[in-house]
Amino acid sequence: MHVTARTEKPADARFVHVHGASLDYGEDGEGFLALKDMSLDIGRGEFAAVVGPSGCGKSTLMKLISGLTPRSAGEVEVNGADVTRPLKIVGMAFQNPALLPWRTVLENVLLPIQVVRPHRSDYRVNKAPFIERARALLAKVGLAGVEERYGWQLSGGMQQRVSLCRALIHEPEILLLDEPFGALDAFTREELWGVLQDLWCERGFTVLLVTHDLPEAVFLADRVHVISNRPGRVIYTTDIDLPRPRTQEVCFTPRFVEYVHELRSHISQARQVI
Amino acid sequence: MSRKRTLRRALYTLSPWLATIGFFVIWEVGCRVLNVPPFILPTPSAAVAALIQYSDGIWLNASHTMITTLAGFALAVAFGIALGVVVGASPLLYRALNPLLIGFNSIPKVAMVPILVLWFGIGTVPAILTAFLVAFFPITVNVATGIATMEPELRDVLRSLGASKADILLRVGLPRSMPYFFASLKIAITLAFVGAVISETVASNVGIGYLMMSASATFRVPLVFAALLVIAAMGILMYAVAAYFERHFTGWATRSETG
Repeated sequence: MHVTARTEKPADARFVHVHGASLDYGEDGEGFLALKDMSLDIGRGEFAAVVGPSGCGKSTLMKLISGLTPRSAGEVEVNGADVTRPLKIVGMAFQNPALLPWRTVLENVLLPIQVVRPHRSDYRVNKAPFIERARALLAKVGLAGVEERYGWQLSGGMQQRVSLCRALIHEPEILLLDEPFGALDAFTREELWGVLQDLWCERGFTVLLVTHDLPEAVFLADRVHVISNRPGRVIYTTDIDLPRPRTQEVCFTPRFVEYVHELRSHISQARQVI
Repeated sequence: MSRKRTLRRALYTLSPWLATIGFFVIWEVGCRVLNVPPFILPTPSAAVAALIQYSDGIWLNASHTMITTLAGFALAVAFGIALGVVVGASPLLYRALNPLLIGFNSIPKVAMVPILVLWFGIGTVPAILTAFLVAFFPITVNVATGIATMEPELRDVLRSLGASKADILLRVGLPRSMPYFFASLKIAITLAFVGAVISETVASNVGIGYLMMSASATFRVPLVFAALLVIAAMGILMYAVAAYFERHFTGWATRSETG
């Protein structure tokens, strides 16, 4: 089955727009450049992946786009608006699932609902529809039946699924993923690739996936950006033209392997650039 | 084989009782064998005899000390949480107040009693305040630690949802500091006893500390030891209550049993 590229209105091609952005940690002159002259566009509904050597500022890019960390210079826009403070249309998940141990799985997933406006006031009045929504989402990622368990009673892969649900329950427009599958074993990781792809195909949110796993980037993304060593900037971008939905089989096709090789060679380069 | 295991398990369960009983047996036997005079170190049986003989007076003074301790402890909990939240939630205040807190905690609280007496006169008030002063510090430190050690990912998740500082504190900071808080209660309640008894010893005319002072002044040493036993028993009792609350409210923090 071949799914053609999503139809994009021109304005949507720059849904996330980063241009010439820099980030300088540390104030008093002893500047520590995490990002320099970073430019990157992500279209609405696009699945973008960013790969690079460790410590290249991949996570910093994520914080810049989410508005958690203000940039030092350059432009960062989301949906045409300048990002000056934390956005409220994002969901985030990290390598550490960071579930709240005193809350059940269901309560963990509902956390964003209790915080995000306007859901929080609706939730106070009528909880049932939100609980229903959370249950449905959990069922979709294969977690039906564990709603009343605690996160720490689940396996790492299941915790990461809960973390994904928490990131998506408030139906964010952008999903930011910082090496979400980095701590999982290979089989669980590949399983979760499928889960994430299904969710994305169904809901059409925009994704920025930060990873150092090249097959992961190729498997999941529409477009992969390679970032250089610190200070990080994009040194190579490629579109991944593989039909969706992608299955495990695709990982053994010559095209897939070629993409991974190509990225690998650019990463080796990236590690040398200082 | 299985009998051996049952025996070992029984030993494990009974070990606190065995150790306590053993302690008193050694004390008793040691005193008798070495012929220690009762005004130096009375036997535990003599202490228990004094306990029974003076039970009315001991009961009166002990209950007074108990109330004093609980009052100081309640103040310590309220103030300790409030200060812990403030200090834990603000890195600036944490840094700013740290030397003051450490310095204050380094002052032996017995040295504060004369000042408190100067301000409030001899009696219950200095005892309550001493208990409070001794007990609030571990609560503050633990609550602040619980809040300040929040996972950065969680903070990011919440901030990216538009959570205010109060939201983050309420949803994550406070709940996650609860195990630290309850752990500190066990320390704080026993410290509150120490504070109350010290103050009563120095400047009071009622309470178990006062009873000990007047008993030792009249060389009724078994009575002194009877009072010590009562203090120890009250301490254990309050510790057990605090431990019960800890298990009851923050069972999730003891994640041993995975299902």
